[in-house]
Amino acid sequence: MLIIKDLHASVGDKPILKGINLEIKAGEVHAIMGPNGSGKSTLSNVLAGRENATVTSGSVLYQGKDLLALDVEERAREGVFLAFQYPVEIPGVGNVYLLKAALNAQRKHRGLPELDAMDFLALVKDKMKLMEMNETMLYRSVNEGFSGGEKKRNEILQMAVLEPRLAILDETDSGLDIDALKIVANGVNSLRAPDRSMILVTHYQRLLDYIKPDYVHVLAEGRIVRSGGPELAHELEKQGYAWIGDEPAGAGVKHGS
Amino acid sequence: MTNTTSTLEEIISQEYQHGFETAVEADAIPRGLSEETVRVISAKKNEPEFLLEWRLAAYRRWLEMTPPDWASVHHPAIDYQDIIYYSAPKSQKDGPKSLDEVDPELLKTYEKLGIPLHERAILAGVAVDAVFDSVSVATTFKDKLAEKGIIFCSFSEAVQHHPELVRQYLGSVVPVQDNFYAALNSAVFSDGSFVYIPPGVRCPMELSTYFRINAKNTGQFERTLIIADRDAYVSYLEGCTAPMRDENQLHAAVVELVALENAQIKYSTVQNWYPGDKEGRGGIYNFVTKRGDCRGAHSKISWTQVETGSAITWKYPSVILRGDHSVGEFYSVALTNHRQQADTGTKMIHMGKNTRSTVISKGISAGHGHQAYRGLVRIARAATGARNYTQCDSLLLGDKCAAHTFPYIEVKNASAKVEHEASTSRIGEDQLFFCRQRGLSAEDAVSMIVNGFCKEVFKELPMEFAVEAQKLLGVSLEGSVG
Ligand SMILES: Nc1ncnc2c1ncn2[C@@H]1O[C@H](COP(=O)(O)OP(=O)(O)OP(=O)(O)O)[C@@H](O)[C@H]1O
Ligand SMILES: [Mg+2]
Repeated sequence: MLIIKDLHASVGDKPILKGINLEIKAGEVHAIMGPNGSGKSTLSNVLAGRENATVTSGSVLYQGKDLLALDVEERAREGVFLAFQYPVEIPGVGNVYLLKAALNAQRKHRGLPELDAMDFLALVKDKMKLMEMNETMLYRSVNEGFSGGEKKRNEILQMAVLEPRLAILDETDSGLDIDALKIVANGVNSLRAPDRSMILVTHYQRLLDYIKPDYVHVLAEGRIVRSGGPELAHELEKQGYAWIGDEPAGAGVKHGS
Repeated sequence: MTNTTSTLEEIISQEYQHGFETAVEADAIPRGLSEETVRVISAKKNEPEFLLEWRLAAYRRWLEMTPPDWASVHHPAIDYQDIIYYSAPKSQKDGPKSLDEVDPELLKTYEKLGIPLHERAILAGVAVDAVFDSVSVATTFKDKLAEKGIIFCSFSEAVQHHPELVRQYLGSVVPVQDNFYAALNSAVFSDGSFVYIPPGVRCPMELSTYFRINAKNTGQFERTLIIADRDAYVSYLEGCTAPMRDENQLHAAVVELVALENAQIKYSTVQNWYPGDKEGRGGIYNFVTKRGDCRGAHSKISWTQVETGSAITWKYPSVILRGDHSVGEFYSVALTNHRQQADTGTKMIHMGKNTRSTVISKGISAGHGHQAYRGLVRIARAATGARNYTQCDSLLLGDKCAAHTFPYIEVKNASAKVEHEASTSRIGEDQLFFCRQRGLSAEDAVSMIVNGFCKEVFKELPMEFAVEAQKLLGVSLEGSVG
């Protein structure tokens, strides 16, 4: 599904990613943890194609294609989805309107007929039940005046509607209360599928209690410094990140291959 | 960051594709302006004595006036002796004979804008006799309106058939000496529209399609007068989202609205005149005076405008709230791109008791566009209980454009409540990225965000117009992004 090789990226002149290696197979869920500022969001953005970070070397293969050669919207239409750490507000643009335009842009790309308003509403309302969201949210402006938790739920609603191949969830759990966390986790779990891979960026073991990852990686200072199974998250919860620096950089990237 | 900026730049740098060749006028009087010019115009139009005198008085006032220099716009001085002030209504012999001869790009734009088929031909300048239906469409409208006693005709016709109404109301809202351009217009106005709605009559249709078809060739000094008598209602749509063919650089129109007791006038404009090339050459200068007079108690006047065209726009649709409990509204979207300049806004003059006004202004600047909002709210001493709410938002695309806000507030009555809110935002790189990450093209994303920004104004437009206006913004911002 995704093969990242020796990926380096800078923001401005500042190198942030310093040689990321990661392979994710279809159906796998990988958790990425790591201290603040270590580059987790930058990695997510680079994969989605945001232009504020520049790839300086390395390669990313996605479903056999050179991901880095594609535009942001092409990646999206090819099934790359990013749930934002800080979802942006768009005043005046209806939530439902954006979603419909997005879904139809993607369907068009895949050679599928566009959904009309009726079919689309039926689909969205169905997914909203899953996310236990109030239908009035559909008719509000995108994220405008949404609470922190509502914004995160809205991101997962979009994921549920767009049904991506590769979903990158950047701290979708932060800012959620316990009930909301369960709902979001439930939504994400229902989207687990043999042909869908996920990257979960998180700071907390808590999320991983609900969404069991296949692998856990620790990103520090732009490198993956440790990789392991779900038990690694528990260890981190106890130890924190103080041990970083004692380990050789790039250790443990040999999972899953 | 650089990439995003260049995407935005591509989107906003699209050129207006529909400039037109200048055709040579056949039946026109020589260039230049003198008392004689005014007399000739009046004579050619077979006007009654009072109107000639009125024009001449305006001309004499104009001679003593100087162009306003306070507006935040820049252009070379206009040579008023180099303008042709009268030309006979054009026979359209030189125009294309059918749609097949019209620039396909132009037709594509009409299609994108959803302009009805029979109107496309007219807008493209195809000779009217070649256009099926349009004449009968107009006639059907006229019959229906006449049944209700509504007068809706060209200004020239009104002068011939209803001189008493013209005499009573002309210049009663915008006096000849009001400003330099209004004085000029009063002296030499060519033609325009006249509407009178009798007491208690609700105009059964938007006065739109008919207007679009017939308002062609009204010339550069347009004059419009709309009167809603007691308890009457009318919604009037001016202009057209389609790029308009026009050969005159200077446009100085005057629009006067009069609402008597309990009457309501809704006036909507979409203006998309040629804005000039990327350097601003050849665009239209649009210096308009629009004013409504809420003369009767409980009357209401609303201006709604979508301004995307012209090189320079100088325009402040205003309402004089004379009647007690009268209501004035102004909803505006103005877009400036490339080298376009707009100095626009409104004046709400509260004179009656418990008068209310609302101002919602949305300015969008792109490219090197330059935009100023200038709003005056004046509460007179007698206007007890007056209220105004003003909201003024600017949206910037790219980093070479500018937006300024100049609110003027004069309150002479302590019971007045005046609220002003203003904001300036940039289309965020993060908003754009978000939309694209969901699969939208950059173009669609910009158009969606801009339309969202304008929503409060669009919802005031009559339905069909609102749809056109949305598309227009999309087309105006369209670029070569794949
Ligand atoms: N636009 C920018 N300009 C300068 N530095 C930036 C910019 N964006 C990110 N950075 C820097 O890049 C580094 C990595 O940031 P990133 O957001 O990827 O961290 P993160 O691992 O997601 O952190 P957190 O856990 O706090 O979300 C940080 O040091 C950050 O300050
Ligand atoms: Mg982050």
